[in-house]
Order: sequence, then structure tokens, then C-alpha cells
Amino acid sequence: MTEGKQPIIEIRNVSKRFGKVTAVDNISLDIRAGEFFVLLGPSGCGKTTLLRMIAGFEMPTEGQIIIDGQDMSLVPPNKRPVNMVFQSYAVFPHMNVTDNVGYGLRISGISKAETRDRVAEALELVKLGGFEDRMPDQMSGGQRQRVALARSLVMRPKVLLLDEPLSALDAKLRAQMQFELADLQDKVGITFVTVTHDQDEALSMASRVAVINKGEVAQLAPPSDLYEYPANRFVADFVGSVNIFEGTLTLDEPDKAAVDCPGLGKIYLNHGVTGPHGANVWIALRPEKIYLHVPGEGKAVRAAAQDAPDGHNLARGTIKGMSYLGDVTLYDIQLEGGHIIRVSRPNLSRHDQEDFTWDDKVSMHWRADSPVVLLS
Amino acid sequence: MFNRTAIAPLEYTRKLWMRSWVGLTMLFLYAPLVVLMIFSFNDSKRNVMWKGFTLKYYEKALNNDSLVEAMVNSLTIAFLATIISLVIGALAAVMLWRFRFPFKGLVEGTMSLPIIVPEICLGVAFLIFFAKLDWPTDLAWPLNLSAITIAHITFCFPFVAMVVRARLASFNREEEEAAKDLGATEWQAFRDVLLPHIKPSLVAGALLAFTLSLDDFVITFFTSGPDTITFPVKVYSMVRFSVTPEVNAASTILIILTVALTFIALKYQGVKGIAETH
Repeated sequence: MTEGKQPIIEIRNVSKRFGKVTAVDNISLDIRAGEFFVLLGPSGCGKTTLLRMIAGFEMPTEGQIIIDGQDMSLVPPNKRPVNMVFQSYAVFPHMNVTDNVGYGLRISGISKAETRDRVAEALELVKLGGFEDRMPDQMSGGQRQRVALARSLVMRPKVLLLDEPLSALDAKLRAQMQFELADLQDKVGITFVTVTHDQDEALSMASRVAVINKGEVAQLAPPSDLYEYPANRFVADFVGSVNIFEGTLTLDEPDKAAVDCPGLGKIYLNHGVTGPHGANVWIALRPEKIYLHVPGEGKAVRAAAQDAPDGHNLARGTIKGMSYLGDVTLYDIQLEGGHIIRVSRPNLSRHDQEDFTWDDKVSMHWRADSPVVLLS
Repeated sequence: MFNRTAIAPLEYTRKLWMRSWVGLTMLFLYAPLVVLMIFSFNDSKRNVMWKGFTLKYYEKALNNDSLVEAMVNSLTIAFLATIISLVIGALAAVMLWRFRFPFKGLVEGTMSLPIIVPEICLGVAFLIFFAKLDWPTDLAWPLNLSAITIAHITFCFPFVAMVVRARLASFNREEEEAAKDLGATEWQAFRDVLLPHIKPSLVAGALLAFTLSLDDFVITFFTSGPDTITFPVKVYSMVRFSVTPEVNAASTILIILTVALTFIALKYQGVKGIAETH
């Protein structure tokens, strides 16, 4: 399967209104064959509605959904070449694993022998060999989810839809399942479309992510672009954590730009912005892209500052909050102008978190290509 | 006493006052039934003094054609009323759970009316209703039971609907959607997913309907004709002369029958399933 040639799902100007509420507002996007596509957004943004429209459980108020070149407007869910893994897994509680997984094949009249083979194959795929006779109430949430996965995969759908697949799992299992899902997708080559509100999940699994906000696509990009080049404040803020400062674009040339931020000072960038001069813009700066050091020492405490602060932006402040997370420590630093900026610092050695404490005066610097200028 | 371990706060079953309370409750509930059963073996025309063991009243009861006929009538009515109430009740419950339609609240309210309305009123209402309709009373068995059966369905199906409705509340709609997603038609999804889910409530509802119908006296009394005597009505007429051990014997048979039926249903369904319904 070559990516990018033929979209497997084409969503054309789709809107969905429930009474006066617009859940999905004129969304158009293509999902390519073989990709791991993630719909990411806060709860109530319309991402699940969009997924349910692809599955056929909701009808678009306007627009068209085309799956594999075929208009799905009048096709009921049981006739669509897609299968869904539900948020609650919806494993049939009165059937054992084999009967659950074989259900779709059984009612579509596939022979018993083939059903048996395909069920065994699907269970092997999701690592549930040996669980054939278990009842769902004898299984953990993670195992039930595998049953739901196998039950869908056994149908060999063109697209597998997953509604918040990991939200009910504990943190460890979730991390493991993220890898397994990506691995599984790679193995079976089926297009996966996943809905999630968890940005970690989206970043780790997706080949492309559509960030949905208030029924509209805020940005559609591969995960690293989403994080490093957010298109607007919503994406910058929703994906990862970020410091956002409002300012005025005072210099904008092909190789440099400057934004005057009240409270933070002048921010220099080593690239152009191509925004209107004097425009109101926002600077987005990720906490991990800021180096922290003791003022006046001239060099950063961290070795990373061998990158001399030449050409770096500088700021000063006082530590007002600390939160030790094990792998990193987060610092909330009050700038001289009163604004709070968040800095995260990796604990590269065991005592790194002891370098700074509350009310310490600190200097910060960051590379001129670290901030992102947002026009909206 | 002293070498026993102390009674823990939650070990109610080891507390004397609790045990005696449970004992008294059981006595209150079951003593009349036990007395009734014991005296069915009493070798005396009167139900007052124990005179000795005999089975002759069972023989007598079983040879009493009109009593047997009443028993058969009752069982037939209960059986028919249960089956039909089950279908109507389950469908009504599914309809109220599944769909939105005009006057839904009104439908829901009126449906449980037969449960609330005093039986005597329902009885009189049915009497007038069937009289106005000029409902034929001279049909061959079992068609002559139709009036009573209809009346019984009326007060049985709301109970079935109520129990099924309660069970439906715990149904995960995604299971039905999953079935359809896997290719099931509306009917297949109903048969394979929804029906198994509500099965315990159907068993519970059927038990409820069966026992309600079997021992109903008031409504039956108003709707039965001279040829359509049911067991409770027959017993009533027998008792008007005297309470003979024959009545006891017949009642004992009925008790054993219903207990056995309940037991089979519970066994078949698993007590857990029925307990979950409530």
C-alpha cells in the first residue's frame, strides 16, 4: 500500500447538527489508505460524532462521506467496509471469546472451518491465544479490548475505527497498548482512524493528526509538525504545554523577525514570519526549549549551554513554583514584568532538582528558532 | 461460651437478638403455610385437631372433578396470560426504552395503571366491559377462558414491562451498535445481543405474571362464568361451607407446583441473573 495515492476515506464538507448544536462544522479531509489517522480534540469537540458518521451510526446533516470511492450516504452501518472498536469495547457479555470474535463471520454466513481459522488467526494477532473459552467477565479491561480489536480485525475491514481505545486503561498499560496498536497497524496494513482526547496518544501513534476544535479542523499535520509548528494558539496549547505571550510584530524580514511582548521584552527570531507589520501576534514557547541558569554566572548550569547564549533570547525572573516529576522538574518563573513562564528541566543527574529552589533569581535563554509566532 | 471468639461488629448472624428476629419473621411468614400443609394430612373432617395421618384428602381432591377442572383452568389461564404478557410487556418495555414519540409520558403512565388501580375496580370494569361487548360465554374449552385470560393479561403485562424496563436501563447501547457494525441486521442484533441481555428479566417477569395470574381472585371472580371456575374461586366457594382438609390438600399441591416452577426457573437462569434484574 502506497501512502498518499488514493484516499480511502474522503470527507466532503460534512456538518452534523443536533437541533441547534453544531457538532461538526463543515469538515473536509482525506484519510489515506494505510495510514494511522488520529482525530484529536477536547471532549465535546465533535470528533466522536465524525467517527460515528464514518461508521454509519450518525447521518451527516450536510456533506458526503466517501469510503473507498463509494458514497456512504445511504449505506447502513452493517453494510459498510469499516469496523469499529467502541470506547466501552462492547464485548458481548454472554458469549465467550471465540463466539465474540467469530460473531461477524458467523452472521455473514462464512463457513465454520474458515471462521475457526480466522478467529484463531485474529486471536494470535492480538496475543489472546489460549483465551478462547474465557467469558468477558473473567477478563481484564485490557484483555476485553483485545477481544474487541480481534472481533473487528477478523472482518478484514478497509478501515478500522477506534473510539478512545486507551482511555479506560491504566497509565502503564496505555503506554504499552500505544506501541502495540501502532505495531498492529503496521502488521495488518489496515487504515486506522482513532479518536482521542489524549495528546500523548495522538503523538505516539499517529502518522497524521487532525486537531478538532468546536467542530472544525484546527490543524491537520504529522505529530512532530503539530508539536513544533502549531498553526494557532489552540493547537499550541492543546498539544503539549506551552507559554503563550501576546505581542506586536515590529520587525519582519526573510531571515529575522522581532516581536515586542509586554512583560517579556523583545523576542528575536532567526526566520521571517510573513505577517503584517505591526500585527498583533502570539509567541508560543515550549517549556523544554528554555535553558535555566543562575544569573551572572555567564554560563548555564546545564552542559547544554555550551551553545553560547550568543543569538539567544534572554529573560530574568524569580522561581515561584516548582513541581518535581521525576524525569523533569517544572518551574514556574515570575518574570520582571509579572508574567509567569513555565520552564521544564530534565533531571539528568540525581541531584539536578536541587540546583534551584523557590525564590531563586534565575536567568533563562532560548534559541532564536525556538519560539513559534502565531497569527491566530 | 468463653472459649469462643468474640463477635465482630458485622457478624450479625451470631447475635442473639438478630437470630431471634429472623426466626420470628420466618415464623410469621411461613407458619400458616406449614400448618396448612400439615393439616392436609389430617385424618379429620375438621381442621382443628390432629387425629392422625392420612392421604385420603389428596385422593378426594384429585377425584373431585370440579376442583381438578378449576385447577386445570387456572393453570391454562396462567400459562396463556404469561406467554402473552411476556410478549406484550417486553415489546412495550423495549418501545419505551428505545424510541421517542409523542405522548410517551402519557403512554408510560397509563401502562402501569393496572398495577395501581384497586383490583375490585378493575374487576367491576371488566364485568361491565365484557357485558357491554356481549362477550360469548358459551364457547368450548379453552376459548371460554378468553375473558379471564384477557383480564389477567391486562394486569400482568405491566409487571413484565416494569421488570424488563429496569433491566434495559443497564444495557450498553454500544453492544447493539457493535453487532450492527459487524454486519448484523436490526433483527439479528435484537436476537443476539438485546434478547440475551433481558433474558433474566423475562424469566423474572414470567414468574411474576404466572403467580399473579394463578392466584388472582378478585378480578377473576367478576369475569368468570358458571363454566369457567378457577382454582381460587373454587376454593372460595368450598370454604364457604367448611374448610375441609380437601382444600388443604389442593392448596398444598398448588404450593408445591409453584415452588417447583420457581425453582426450575431460577436454576435454569441462575439466581444471579434474576437478582441483577432488581
